[in-house]
Amino acid sequence: MGQQILNGLFVGSIYALFAVGYTLVFGVLDILNLAHQAVFMLCAFIALALVESLHLSIWVALPLAILAGGLIGIGLERLAFRPLRGRAGSNISGLISSLAMATVFEAIAAQIFGPDISRFPQGTFPDVQWHPGEATVSLLQICIAGISVLLMAVLTWLLQRTRLGRSIRAVAENPRAARILGIDVDKVISVSFFLSSALAGAAGVLFGLAFNSMSPDVGRSVELKGLAVIILGGMGSVPGAVIAGFAIGLVEVFTVAHVGSSYRDIVSFAVLFIVLVARPRGLFGQIATREA
Amino acid sequence: MKRALLLLCALSAAQAASAADKEAVIGVAISITGPAASYGAQQKAGIQAALADLGPGKLDVKIEDDASTKEQGITVFQKLINRDKVSAILGPTLSNTASAADPLAQAAGVPVLAVSNTAAKGITDIGNFIWRDSLTEKQVIPGAFKKAQEKLKFKTAGVLYGNDDVFTKAGYDVMAKTLDDLKIKVLGTQTFAKPDRDYNAQLTALAGAKPDVLVVSALADNAAAIVAQARQLGWKGPILGGNGFNSPAFIKNAGPAAEGVMVGTSWNSLSKDAANQKFLEAMKKVGVNPDQFSAQAYTGILILAEAVKQSGGKTGREDINAGLAKVKNFDTPLGKFSFTPERDANHEPSVQEVKDGKFQIVQ
Repeated sequence: MGQQILNGLFVGSIYALFAVGYTLVFGVLDILNLAHQAVFMLCAFIALALVESLHLSIWVALPLAILAGGLIGIGLERLAFRPLRGRAGSNISGLISSLAMATVFEAIAAQIFGPDISRFPQGTFPDVQWHPGEATVSLLQICIAGISVLLMAVLTWLLQRTRLGRSIRAVAENPRAARILGIDVDKVISVSFFLSSALAGAAGVLFGLAFNSMSPDVGRSVELKGLAVIILGGMGSVPGAVIAGFAIGLVEVFTVAHVGSSYRDIVSFAVLFIVLVARPRGLFGQIATREA
Repeated sequence: MKRALLLLCALSAAQAASAADKEAVIGVAISITGPAASYGAQQKAGIQAALADLGPGKLDVKIEDDASTKEQGITVFQKLINRDKVSAILGPTLSNTASAADPLAQAAGVPVLAVSNTAAKGITDIGNFIWRDSLTEKQVIPGAFKKAQEKLKFKTAGVLYGNDDVFTKAGYDVMAKTLDDLKIKVLGTQTFAKPDRDYNAQLTALAGAKPDVLVVSALADNAAAIVAQARQLGWKGPILGGNGFNSPAFIKNAGPAAEGVMVGTSWNSLSKDAANQKFLEAMKKVGVNPDQFSAQAYTGILILAEAVKQSGGKTGREDINAGLAKVKNFDTPLGKFSFTPERDANHEPSVQEVKDGKFQIVQ
């Protein structure tokens, strides 16, 4: 029981971290960035390459991979979103061009790392374990949950307490009004993509470390979970994504434990369906206004 | 110089052929190139070792490369059947290739002996000319579990299997039946899907029921992650795997977590039988470290020679096919070998356990 709660919180923290970046871009641009999962996957591989080829410690490779994720995000916005902005139907075409970028990223990863499962070398992370009661917790799991919560806290602080955060929220509220008030909207969007993709990258590296099996399509299953999380949390709501991430992680784990693993996805998506029917804007979505 | 050498080779080959025009011509189609090339290399070594043991004048073997593909397999079969007029074919390496190429041989009435095809369906049921000396997955798992049970004396099991893949699901069906036959109580059954990376919830639920062993049917990629996560969760007991585990890649990826994992295999490398000792000796001379694939290929050549003997030295296609049916309790490195009425292999499988980063036979 205790172990299952830990399992749920652990996987939930990664879902939440992934979904926070996903929902941030949606909040600002009203566009689903379907390349989010590909950035998640690329950063896991970048960290792997840094650890394997350059023999860097994971504590150096992790921030570098997160930075790389942010830069990929800026490039992604320039290539796949900015040229389309302002055109009629740019939400749909942006969605499709991001899907195309995801395919490109996956193909690049498959070329470099091959289609088979890749792993971090043994001993990348010290293997330390504790046994509170019947459960088993590893240092890795605590670090992953800790880093996730820390990054989400930093993002919340950034959005709520800084000038940059205010600009992001203003653009999310109404880009035209923000522009009239003197906010550089293009820059704010670029920064949002940087933050969003850096968080995706962090989630990717942590996921790679946690389950230690990465392939070019590793992001796809997480993407679907991430989508469920941001819908459940209310599209565009950062605190909603955090809570929904943990909620879906726990629901999944308890379905496996008490209903059966074959029903895991049925139950998580049934919960999503019921929430949507009962509360169409998700748990934390607000009618007509959006938080970034 | 090069041309002279070639000519010399051709001359001596022609001489060898005319010197013993009665010996059976055997076509070998194995994967020298392509993804299955590592198996093909072992098979080639096994065949060379067997020919050395048989001595000259028994079988005339022509080795061709099926390139691990259906297309090349078909081309090679056509060449062997129509141009080389072989009496029998040994191979091809992959079940997939066999399913495409074997029907040609069946139609032409050429006996085929598969030495590495393990798909339960679609090989020997092609027709009465198709035989094999490799055990199917269906045959290895029951024997291996029985041996593991004799050693570990487990009474309860927790089962985890991939339910979205034909291979792992079929493996699970055989496992479930075997556990039932052995009167092992299944305390919990959990599933996963191929794209899954996190198995903690399933493993926690299974370990919570405190079974004596964990039984897992998974492909090599999932298998390594499952075993690693089980060990991380503190599972110290034995893990019995299906054929998906039977790959050096599994040990490489799972690392130290793989220690203590048990898997079935068709060849007992430690067997003290004279036939096996002779095989090990012959492989030493060829200079290749033997594995299951070279043992099965070596056995294949011995079986074909035995079939010729059983048919009274006649080397026609029908004669060899009739001779194969008479091979019974034949001493091979795989153990006492016979064919089932369905022309599949019939011999005892063994169990191997990962120890010190290597598969080692459990006595």
